[in-house]
Amino acid sequence: MTRAVFAALLSHWKRNPLQLFTLLAGLALATALWSGVQAINSEAKASYNAAAATLGEGTFDQLIRRDGQPMAQDTYVALRRAGWLVSPVIEGRLDGVRIVGLDPLTSFGGLGPVQVAQGADIAGFLTAPGQAFGHQDALDALPPGIAKVVAPDVAPGTVIMDIGAAQRLLDRQGQIDRLIVGPVQPIRQAPLDTIAPLLSRQIAHTGSDIGRLTDSFHLNLTAFGLLSFAVGIFIVNGAIGLAFEQRRPVVRTLRALGVPLRRLMALMAAELAIMALVAGGIGVALGYVIASLLLPDVAATLQGLYGATVAGTLQLRPSWWLSGLGIALGGTAMAAAAAFWRLARLPLLAGGSPRALSMAAGRSAQVQGLIALALLALAAALGLTAQGLIAGFALLGTMLIGAALALPLILDRVLALAERLATGVRAQWFWADTRQQLPGLSLALAALLLAMAANVGVSTMVSSFRLTFTGFLDQRLASELYVTAEDPAQAAQIIAYVTPRTRAVLPIASAPVQIAGLPAEVFGTRDDATYRDNWRFLQTAEGAWDAVFDGDALFINEQLSRRSGLTLGDTVPLDGRDFRVAGIYGDYGNPIGQAIIAEPAFTTLFPEIEPLRFGLRLPATDVPALVTDMERDLNLPPSATINQAGIKQFSLDIFDRTFTVTTALNILTLAVAGFAILMSLLTLAALRVPQLAPAWAMGFTRRELGRLELIRAVLLATLTATIALPLGLALAWALLAIVNVAAFGWRLPMYVFPLDYLKLGGFALIAATLAALWPAWRLSRTPPSDLLKVFSNER
Amino acid sequence: MLLTVTDLRKTYATADGPFDVLRGIDMTLDRGETLALTGESGSGKSTLLHLIGGLDAPDGGQIMLDGEDLTAMDDNGRARMRRDTVGVVFQQFNLIPSLRIADNIAFQARLAGRHDPAWCATLADRMGLTPQLRKYPEQLSGGQQQRVAIARTLAPRPKLVLADEPTGNLDEATAAQVLALMLDLVADTGAGLLMVTHSDRLAGQMMRRLHLAQGQIA
Repeated sequence: MTRAVFAALLSHWKRNPLQLFTLLAGLALATALWSGVQAINSEAKASYNAAAATLGEGTFDQLIRRDGQPMAQDTYVALRRAGWLVSPVIEGRLDGVRIVGLDPLTSFGGLGPVQVAQGADIAGFLTAPGQAFGHQDALDALPPGIAKVVAPDVAPGTVIMDIGAAQRLLDRQGQIDRLIVGPVQPIRQAPLDTIAPLLSRQIAHTGSDIGRLTDSFHLNLTAFGLLSFAVGIFIVNGAIGLAFEQRRPVVRTLRALGVPLRRLMALMAAELAIMALVAGGIGVALGYVIASLLLPDVAATLQGLYGATVAGTLQLRPSWWLSGLGIALGGTAMAAAAAFWRLARLPLLAGGSPRALSMAAGRSAQVQGLIALALLALAAALGLTAQGLIAGFALLGTMLIGAALALPLILDRVLALAERLATGVRAQWFWADTRQQLPGLSLALAALLLAMAANVGVSTMVSSFRLTFTGFLDQRLASELYVTAEDPAQAAQIIAYVTPRTRAVLPIASAPVQIAGLPAEVFGTRDDATYRDNWRFLQTAEGAWDAVFDGDALFINEQLSRRSGLTLGDTVPLDGRDFRVAGIYGDYGNPIGQAIIAEPAFTTLFPEIEPLRFGLRLPATDVPALVTDMERDLNLPPSATINQAGIKQFSLDIFDRTFTVTTALNILTLAVAGFAILMSLLTLAALRVPQLAPAWAMGFTRRELGRLELIRAVLLATLTATIALPLGLALAWALLAIVNVAAFGWRLPMYVFPLDYLKLGGFALIAATLAALWPAWRLSRTPPSDLLKVFSNER
Repeated sequence: MLLTVTDLRKTYATADGPFDVLRGIDMTLDRGETLALTGESGSGKSTLLHLIGGLDAPDGGQIMLDGEDLTAMDDNGRARMRRDTVGVVFQQFNLIPSLRIADNIAFQARLAGRHDPAWCATLADRMGLTPQLRKYPEQLSGGQQQRVAIARTLAPRPKLVLADEPTGNLDEATAAQVLALMLDLVADTGAGLLMVTHSDRLAGQMMRRLHLAQGQIA
C-alpha cells in the first residue's frame, strides 16, 4: 500500500513540474542565502578562534610599550628575573604575511601549534633554520630555507615561528613587540613600574576584543540571512499550500479508497522531507558559491572596520552543511505546518471547491488582521522603548511580520474601494477579479514587500551613514598632508624642515589608557584653528575648546560616552589628574573609546611619548612639491606621507566595501521576491483558467485577458511598493536609532533619498513586469479548447 | 449474509438545529445480490451509502459487513474495510489526475495488495479502455472516466460494491452502456451491489429496490 500511495503522491509532481521546481527552487534559494551567510560567519569566527588560539589575543593580558615602540630583549630578561611569568612575541609583515615569533618554552597553554605538551618537534622549531607553521598560501610567501609545516589551526595570513627565527627573518634582532602575561603569577613579584616603567599592561577580554566587536557585525549578517530565508520560505509556503490545495480531492480519494489518514500524512511528510533534503543540498552548494563570492569583501570589511584578520577563502565545514540541511528541513516543516494542520482536520467527505483558496483566505482574514494589528502595536511600543540589540531585532521582526500579514488585508480594502468607484463593467470585473486572485498572490507580494522594505531601509541607513561619514572625514582630516616619522630624531628633522613651508604643524600623539574601566586612547591636541573651526560636536559645553586648552577639560567620543555613561560635566580621572567632559563628538568607524586633551596636559601625563605623526596645514597646491622635496631631502619613503585626499579615499573605500555584502544580499533578496511573483503567477495560471473562461466567453479576447494579467501584476507590485516605502523608512529608523547604537555605539542622523527610492521602485516594477510577462503571454495563447473544457467539465 | 444494517441512525448539526438524516434503517444485502436505493434529494440515500462504505460513522445502530461490526471500528479499521472489502463508485469519478489510466485502474488493487494484471487488462478491455491506458484522466470524456472508476473499484474484486449515482454525470445512452457493463462485471465477481439512483429506469435493472423517505425505509 505504501508504495502505491507514495507513487500516487509523487505522480502529482511529475504532472506539475513547475510546481515542483517552485518548491525546490524556493527552498534551495532560502537555504542558499541562509547557509551562505552562515558559512561567512563560521569562517570568520573560525579565523578569530585561530587567532586567539595562536596569539593569545583576548585571552591573556599583555605588556606593551606605552609609545607603541618595540622593547629591548633586556626588558624581558629583567621581568623574568623579577619573577614575572611573561612570554615574548615579535610580529611583523613580510610580503603581506604576518610573521609571529614566539618562544614555545615560555608560552602559555593554547598558544600556537608548537607546544611541549603536544610532543611536537621542539628541536626542529627552535634550531636554525627553524620551522614555520601556517596555511599553505601564507607559507608559500616565505623565502626558501625554512622548513614549512601546514597547520590549518593557525590564523589565516599568519605564520608562527620561533622568536629567534622571526627576528632574523624580519631583521629585528634583539627586539620584542609585546609580552604575554601568564594567567598565574607568583605572589611576590616586583611591581611593573619599578622594573619596566615604559611598559603598560593591557587587560584581556576588555570591551574591545575582536569577538565582541565583530559579534554585532555577524548579528547583522545573520539578520539579513534570516530575512532572505524568510522571503524564500514565503515561496515554499506558497508552493506547498497550493500543492496541498490542488491535491485535496486526491487526498479525499485516497482516503475513500482505504488509506488511513495517519499513513497518508506520514507519507506526505516523508515526501516533503526528501524534497527538503534535495533542495537543502542544492541550497548549501549554492550558499557555498555565494559565500565564496562575498567572503573577500567580508574579510576586507572586518579587517578595515575591526582589524580582524579573516581568511579570504572558504573551507567546507561539516557543521554548516548539517545546519544548512537542518534549516531546509525546519523551514519546510514551518512552511508546511499549516497545510498539514488543514489536512489533518479535513473531513473525509468535504468537497473540493475551486474557490477554496480564496474562501479559506476569507475565513482566516479576521484572525490574520488581529495578529497583524497586535504585532504592529508591539512594534510601536518597542519603537518607543527598545534599547539594545535583542530589543532592536525584536522591533524589526514584529514590524516586518506585522506589515507582511497586514499587506493582503490593506490591498483587499484598496481593491474593494477601486471596485466600488469603477464605472465601466470591464473595470468592475477587473477589480473584482484582482481581488479574487489576491489570496493566491499574497505570499509573493509579502515577499516583495519585505524585500523592498529591506532595500529602502538598508539603503537609507547606508546612504545616511555615507553622508555623515563624508562630513565627518572632512572635519577630522582637515590637514592637507600627514607625515609619519620612524623615530623621534627623524620627527625633529621633519618639524624643522616643514615649519617654514607650512602654516601649522599639528602633532598627533596618543597613549592607551583606561577610562571608566574601559580601554581607550587619549590624544594630545595642539591649540590651533584647525580644530576649533572644523570639529563638530554632538554635545558641547559653553567655551569647551578654551576649557580643554586650559588643561581642565577633555572631549570624549560617542562610543565612550554611551558605554561608560559619561556625559557633559562628568569628571574623568587620567593618571591621577581630573578632567571635566566638555564635549562629545561623533567618531564613526572607531571601535574603541577615545578622549582628547590639550597637548601640554598630554605631555605632562605621558612624557615618554613623543609624537611621530604630524598633520601639516598648507595650501593644497603646495602639497605635491613638499612631498617630493621631503622624500629627496629627508630621504623619506613614499609610505611616510599621505595626503588628505588619499586618506579620505582609503577610508571611503573601507566604508564602501563594508556595505558591499549587505547590498549584495539586498539585491539577492529582491531577485528572490521577483522569482516568488513569477512562480506564484505560473502556478496560479492553471487555477486561473476557470476564472477567466467565463470572461472570455462573454467577449474578452485572449490577448486582452493576457494584457489585463500583466497590468494586474504591475498594479499589485506598485501598491506593494507604495506600502513598502514607509515600512522601509521605519526599518531605517530602527536600524539607525536602535540597532546601530547597540551594535556600534554611535547614532547617525537619518537622511531621506527620494531619488534612490524612485529608482528602487522602478526596479521592483521591472521585476514584477518581467515576472508577469511570461504567464500573461501564456494566457494570451491559451487554446480555446482549454477554455471550453471549463464549461464541458461542469456538465 | 454479506451486509446487515440494524436501526442505523445519523444526525447532522445544521444552522436550524440537529437534523435526523437517518432514523433507524434496517436492511440486508446478500452476496451476488443487486439492490437499488432510491428516494428524493435529502432522503438520506448518500448518507446511508457513506456509512455502509465506512466513509462516515453513524450515531446509532449497527452495520455488520462480511461478519465484522463496522460500527465498532475506529478510523483505521474503517480504512481497512474500505480498502479490502468495499469498492465505491462515486458520481464525481474521483480519479487521481496525475496517474495514467492503467495506474488508476490498478490503484485500489495495489492498495489492497491484490493486484492482478490479467484481471485489470480484462476489465480495461471489457470497459473499452484499452486504447486509453497510457492517457491521463483529463484526456478522457466523462463516460470514459466513469468506466475507469468502475474498473478501479472492481480490480481488487471487492465483496461489496457501492455506487453513488454512478451515471448521474453521464448522458442517457452512455449511462445505460456503463451500467450494463457494471452489472455484468459485478455479476462476474460475485460481489453484492448497492446503488443509489434517482432513476426508476436504472433501479428497475436491479434485483431489489429500497425506497428512502425522510430517513426511513418507505
